[in-house]
Amino acid sequence: MARQLLRNMGKWLDQRSGFSDYVVPLLTHIVPRDARWWYVFGSATLTAFFVQVVTGICLAMTYVPGGDEAYESLMYITNTAPLGSIVRGMHYYGASAMVMLAVIHMLQVYLHATYKYPRELNWMSGVVVLFVVLGMAFTGQLLRWDANGVWSVAVAAEMAGRAPIVGPWIAEFIMGGTTVGGSTLTRFFAIHVFVLPGLIFAGVGLHLLLLFRHGVSEMPNPDQPVDPETYKEEYEKRLKKSGVPFWPNAMWRDVVFSTVIVGVILACAVFIGPPALDHPPNPSSIEANPMPDWYFWWYFAVLSLLPASLETWVILGAPVVGFLVLFLLPLISNRGHRAPSKRPWAIGIVIASFTGILVLTIYGYHEPWSPDFGVKPLTKEVVGTDSGPIARGAALVHSKGCLYCHDIDGHGGHRGPELSDIGQQLTREDMIIRINNGGYNMPAFAGSVTAKELTDIVDFLQTRRDDDSIPPKRTTQSP
Amino acid sequence: MNHDSAETPAECPDEEVSRRSFYAKVSVALSVAIGAMMVVPGLGFILAPVFRKPPRKWRTVGKLDQFKVGSTSLVNFEDATTVPWAGVTAKTGAWLRRVDDSTFIAFSINCRHLGCPVRWVNDAELFMCPCHGGVYYKDGTVAGGPPPKPLKRLAVRVRNQDVQIETGPVPLTTTKV
Ligand code: FES
Repeated sequence: MARQLLRNMGKWLDQRSGFSDYVVPLLTHIVPRDARWWYVFGSATLTAFFVQVVTGICLAMTYVPGGDEAYESLMYITNTAPLGSIVRGMHYYGASAMVMLAVIHMLQVYLHATYKYPRELNWMSGVVVLFVVLGMAFTGQLLRWDANGVWSVAVAAEMAGRAPIVGPWIAEFIMGGTTVGGSTLTRFFAIHVFVLPGLIFAGVGLHLLLLFRHGVSEMPNPDQPVDPETYKEEYEKRLKKSGVPFWPNAMWRDVVFSTVIVGVILACAVFIGPPALDHPPNPSSIEANPMPDWYFWWYFAVLSLLPASLETWVILGAPVVGFLVLFLLPLISNRGHRAPSKRPWAIGIVIASFTGILVLTIYGYHEPWSPDFGVKPLTKEVVGTDSGPIARGAALVHSKGCLYCHDIDGHGGHRGPELSDIGQQLTREDMIIRINNGGYNMPAFAGSVTAKELTDIVDFLQTRRDDDSIPPKRTTQSP
Repeated sequence: MNHDSAETPAECPDEEVSRRSFYAKVSVALSVAIGAMMVVPGLGFILAPVFRKPPRKWRTVGKLDQFKVGSTSLVNFEDATTVPWAGVTAKTGAWLRRVDDSTFIAFSINCRHLGCPVRWVNDAELFMCPCHGGVYYKDGTVAGGPPPKPLKRLAVRVRNQDVQIETGPVPLTTTKV
């Protein structure tokens, strides 16, 4: 009796809602059977997005987007609220997962040339969603609203300010005024919580709709280049012969992989925890070294390594050109071979981009262009003595800031050349000229170093050599 | 209804065609009007800060005798355009250099490269930027690295033994066309 009632209710609901008519055919549409594990990245990206939505909503119930409160509320979420650290951690690692998976998904689609006819728009909508996801990652980092967040907005505003004519307006729009202050955070909050997620929902909706419209592509076959005249017909024919229903024959792999991804996100949140907050968001504090989250380190490195003459072009042009090249790719080539074996340049591009981004990411992490303000004075072991002019010179090399930029035996920054064996490379006279006058990005110290100090510094630097040869005899020299 | 929509325009009497096109035009025009009514006030609201000329205010940053001749110190003061909920983000910093008894120079702490906060290294008498290694001399001129311009100077004055700095916008390095 009860079973009958339930069945009737189910029937009623199905008939009124159209579940069997609309949703079931989508779920069970026929897909190629050969893709196996290659196609799990797209669905895993979507799963990571759901993790972001769920954890984001939870965080928004406690996070206060204003002045000091944002920082305080994040402190509370991280340190006091039950499970707060895990939820925040999941949101952080979920963001990393989403960026990573979206990129892997794009690489797979590119390598298999799935963007070719008739799936051009699938790719183009995916590119738009990828850029929105990067926007989410950037705005999300700012919502931490610690010193790093505040100064990252300042840097973003400066970058936007470089745009000709409209630059200052965009910068003021970003800051919500002429300075980073009370009106800034709320802008990023609204963009991160309402605008960009709305765009992602819309973009993903379109992306999925197109997926159903054009069907899941087959694995590339070197004997089946894409010919728009015949592709659809042949695809349908092959699918009829060997296809399997998406649910459950293909989907179980997506589910398994997504389970692993969510498991990893949760495990990272539990065992590693969310990223530590930097200093409070005080725009008058200088204790900040703004650094983006890891997925932007490569871009950070590019901006830091560029010659000044190219800088503005790259800051403004690179994202636009990058977007356009990716977005328009299927319009440039939408027919022909899909198999990577027939497209060696595609493999080359992927390997070159991957290597480039990896190297730049490592570079971005080490920030060799940043002065090392935390460097400690040189020890007696490094200096070789703790008294006399050489020891005084070594102390001055620290106090005058030389070590911020120059490394001596593993101590110091990497902005300038290493000085570990400078005694072999420059004579006393050359050193004096270089220190007094500066050059090649080095400031002139003539006005801030006395003659006595200069002599001590040079005495010390002359002892820096990597062999046991006797340093040249000291001559008393005035700057 | 179904029958109506199946009818091709060719089968419609002229009057019906013009009525349809009138309906279509009215609907499109009204939709645009609805959109404009929804969006324009909001757009004005969020763009207002871009067009508002910020007031400039003199802020006291300390007493005259607090600053030794030859010293460069970090001072902070409140922005001119602050909102009640800004909290600590209402603050702005500046480097204040006392050149002699009566002369002060105030520098905005923003690096002219990409805006990072520069630090004063006292012994070396240099400002250094942590981001990409920009370096400035004590007078704010560029000593090395990527900054294209000297540090921005802010107006300073002394009133009744109070040292005051005039608030200003974040110095943007713009591109001239
Ligand atoms: S922001 Fe100062 S050197 Fe780049």
